[in-house]
Amino acid sequence: MTAAELGRGLRAGKFTSVEVTKHFLGRIDHSGKQLNAFITVTPERAMADAARADARIARGEGGLLTGVPLAHKDIFCTEGVLTSCGSRMLSNFVAPYDATVVERLAGAGMVMLGKTNMDEFAMGSSNETSWYGPVRNPWDGTKVPGGSSGGSAAAVAARLVPVATGTDTGGSIRQPGALTGLTGFKPTYGRVSRYGMVAFASSLDQAGVLAQSAEDAALVLGAMAGHDARDSTCVNAPVPDYSAGLGRPMKGLRIGVIGEFFGAGLEEGTGKAVRTALEAFRAMGATIAELSLPNLPLSVPTYYVVAPAECSSNLSRFDGVRFGHRCADPRDLRDMYKRSRGEGFGAEVKRRIMTGTYVLSAGYYDAYYLKAQKVRSLINADFKRAFGEVDVLMGPTTPTPAFAIGAKTNDPITMYLNDIYTIGANLAGLPAVSVPCGFVDGLPVGLQIIGPHFAEERLLAAAHAWQQVTDWHRRVPPMFA
Amino acid sequence: MTLTRHDVEGIAELARLEISEAELPVYVGSLSSIVGFIDQLSAASTENVEPMAHPLENQVQPLREDQVTETDHRDRYQGNAPAVEAGLYLVPKVIE
Amino acid sequence: MTIEWETVIGLEIHAQLATRSKIFSGSSTAYGATPNVQANLVDLGYPGVLPVLNREAARMAVRFGLAIGATIARRSIFARKNYFYPDLPKGYQISQYERPIVEDGRVAIVLDDGAQKTIGVTRAHLEEDAGKSLHEGLGRHSGIDLNRAGTPLLEIVSEPDMRSAREAIAYMKKIHTLVRYLEICDGNMQEGSFRCDANVSVRHRGRHEYGTRCEIKNLNSFRFVERAINYEVARQIELLEGGGSVVQETRLYDSDRNETRPMRSKEEANDYRYFPDPDLLPLALDEGFIEEVRSGLPELPDQKAERFAREHGLSPYDAGVLTASRELAAYYEEVLRVLGGEAKLAANWVMGDLSGFLNRDNLEITRSPVGAKRLAGLLARIVDGTISGKIAKEVFEAMWSGQSDADAIIDAKGLRQITDIGAIERVVAAVMAANPAQLADYRSGKDKLFGFFVGQVMKATGGKANPAQLNDLLRKMLAG
Repeated sequence: MTAAELGRGLRAGKFTSVEVTKHFLGRIDHSGKQLNAFITVTPERAMADAARADARIARGEGGLLTGVPLAHKDIFCTEGVLTSCGSRMLSNFVAPYDATVVERLAGAGMVMLGKTNMDEFAMGSSNETSWYGPVRNPWDGTKVPGGSSGGSAAAVAARLVPVATGTDTGGSIRQPGALTGLTGFKPTYGRVSRYGMVAFASSLDQAGVLAQSAEDAALVLGAMAGHDARDSTCVNAPVPDYSAGLGRPMKGLRIGVIGEFFGAGLEEGTGKAVRTALEAFRAMGATIAELSLPNLPLSVPTYYVVAPAECSSNLSRFDGVRFGHRCADPRDLRDMYKRSRGEGFGAEVKRRIMTGTYVLSAGYYDAYYLKAQKVRSLINADFKRAFGEVDVLMGPTTPTPAFAIGAKTNDPITMYLNDIYTIGANLAGLPAVSVPCGFVDGLPVGLQIIGPHFAEERLLAAAHAWQQVTDWHRRVPPMFA
Repeated sequence: MTLTRHDVEGIAELARLEISEAELPVYVGSLSSIVGFIDQLSAASTENVEPMAHPLENQVQPLREDQVTETDHRDRYQGNAPAVEAGLYLVPKVIE
Repeated sequence: MTIEWETVIGLEIHAQLATRSKIFSGSSTAYGATPNVQANLVDLGYPGVLPVLNREAARMAVRFGLAIGATIARRSIFARKNYFYPDLPKGYQISQYERPIVEDGRVAIVLDDGAQKTIGVTRAHLEEDAGKSLHEGLGRHSGIDLNRAGTPLLEIVSEPDMRSAREAIAYMKKIHTLVRYLEICDGNMQEGSFRCDANVSVRHRGRHEYGTRCEIKNLNSFRFVERAINYEVARQIELLEGGGSVVQETRLYDSDRNETRPMRSKEEANDYRYFPDPDLLPLALDEGFIEEVRSGLPELPDQKAERFAREHGLSPYDAGVLTASRELAAYYEEVLRVLGGEAKLAANWVMGDLSGFLNRDNLEITRSPVGAKRLAGLLARIVDGTISGKIAKEVFEAMWSGQSDADAIIDAKGLRQITDIGAIERVVAAVMAANPAQLADYRSGKDKLFGFFVGQVMKATGGKANPAQLNDLLRKMLAG
């Protein structure tokens, strides 16, 4: 059942939150280890929260999300619960506070079942860099689920939980959403508070949702979004009722197709599925135009300057002094720093910290960091120009379906290129969603829809319209049916 | 562009990351590969282009009222610390 | 070979802004709390926390900028200064780099010989303070207290316009006065609210290029700044004259040994990798904000000093001393008001005796045991001839230790000046009679003995003879 269906059922008294919660905890217990989707499961707390939710419902209080279970990506601070970011560095870190996202969804009455596995500090596209081991794709256990929100994606795809939060810095919600057959939604930068969300790349990170449908995404997004005085970059603008706008018709929708996204590198089956989806939109009355965003091919190198630069600084606080991993018997201060960090961080994180340190260092700042921020402006301008002509951009979410675990871990660049279609939206702060649009050799592929700033409603409507005429989003992996 | 072993040692030091002898060549290789990849940016024409530090244009810094809003939670926070004495966070002695 | 050396000094002053809460968090900035009770998650650099700027810190920076005639940036940027040190929780300090909030100001200084000079202020920017490290009493450990981490600082950077330690002190005192006038900093150097780093270099007089400079840190008193600069200048000159060269480095001043020595480790080979902080948006200040701050500015020290010089006929230097703090200036003006004039007399007493006693007892003017009214009362007795200036000092000392008003003390101790000509005459005659030898010597040309007779009369009258009358009388009577 989707979150919305569960919510309606709970309010209608068809079942209780305690029953629902028990059901999902049972599924997690039974098959969670197989997928390794969870780092921490919180059954006692979940049952207590479920009981409280039932009481609220009985009093006629709460909303559609009250009593509905969810899981949080282990990057969100959850008070009293291990918050590891998939890293040895925080493997002993019990957060003393709740992230705003966690607070808001708890306030809506949602019941947290646990914290999901992720690429270490959100750095990865396959969930293979986690200290807690790789996550498996529920559609094929030998394949990756995508990353960095791989645990959340696998958990929802396998229906271990109806919906889960994720974060997206370069595609980390949309890409795993595409590889696991989910609706993965990344809102506009600044739409959702980053307070309590452990920072990777501050000007790119955004919290979002891995859901079964646009309807579910709308519900959860509505509860998550909105101004937070604790985050200076969080926009102070009213949050629309995302659910209300879902039924908007597609007639007259102007769709742009990014020419640069259909070049070499796009797997044939994926390309075909996406083109089929575009035709379906045309049949719904939308118009399609081919556009060129000439600076977009530079988005991956741009990202791999900006994101490492920001993360190299953001991760400096992990020094073994006040929290987190500290090495045994430090000889002196420098030794303590170097060994604590050397031991605490995995290889990909160290690579990115070093790349970031390099591009910010004296003599290289202008050529790399400053240059990248200028190219970022160019990419932003390309999108702005495009949205002057069309309402949304559509294309593939990923170049290929899910690849084998271990297949791309030897060369970082090969791994980085998985985000080739998703990164642009992060650089420009645009909202974007991936919706399932077919299968290639039994593996899901996704259609990406990108909109201008604060066009969440438009994206949700388009995703919803697609989901009214298709049932890709209802498919469940055979092993988890 | 290839980075030398010396380059990588310097970067690792600046970032306070211990890289073992065995690992060093691997990092030299992967970092060189990454830097070679990002060197593509040099081909882009960016004359008179302003750098973009924040994705939303025209956003300006909100200001907070000057009020003390925090109370003492020291003990709870220090529960996470590796080494604490008399309320101080302990580190190996620093000589200035 | 005589080479004329010229000293070049620039000062970097860190003034802790007197906000209630920290620059990026709602923790208290109060001094002296138990370790780490004023350090919240943001100050501790916990995962997931974010900074939000304190409006008052921005306002205070603008106040300062307006007071020094500087340009206020309509948009300024916060940048991260990255380095590792245990008192820097995030591993970076949030500061301002390329676009500071204040630029291009100037400050007028007056030296004790009356010379006036303008010192340029290159920039002033906002940043957060680091915590404190304690190295004693913890065995093989250092202890970190992060109460101070996140306190707002205004870093004020001067142009290298100073050419002597004296000028540097005058500038530092002027900035100290200014930040207190503006009520943006309490200027308490013992508590670390006002800290100074000095950049010192030397060059041959007439040269345009600057010599290699050294930065001296850890200077928390005017006296230390002066001594440290003087030591450093001598050190550099000696080095260069001996054929060596100055190594650019950071040095610490050791006040016990009165020397500077190189600082270890913290500053070595640091590449700060400044970049704009993505968690903070550009600080945009509109005309309304700036005008509101401008309209709230008090009469500034220069304006007040200029007014004092003009209205009260004081020298620029004296006017500067009297306006060094708003409280001192207010005290002086109150004395004048009660006294009804006598600007010079009041100035001498306030700058002299009163300040001397305040310094001796380490008191601020606001804690003076002798208030303005009571000092005016004492000065009135000098003006009306009741007591001499010398006796007044005795009375003042008694007032200082709490023995009530001038009049009460004068009466109690019988200190009234003797102004009765007849009475003085009689004493002079008696002294002359008692000292025939000195009288004869004086009359035969030993003029210096005049002072002897003054002293003898004063002794006989307990110091109470009116000095002016005595002088006149003595001259006449000694002449015969």
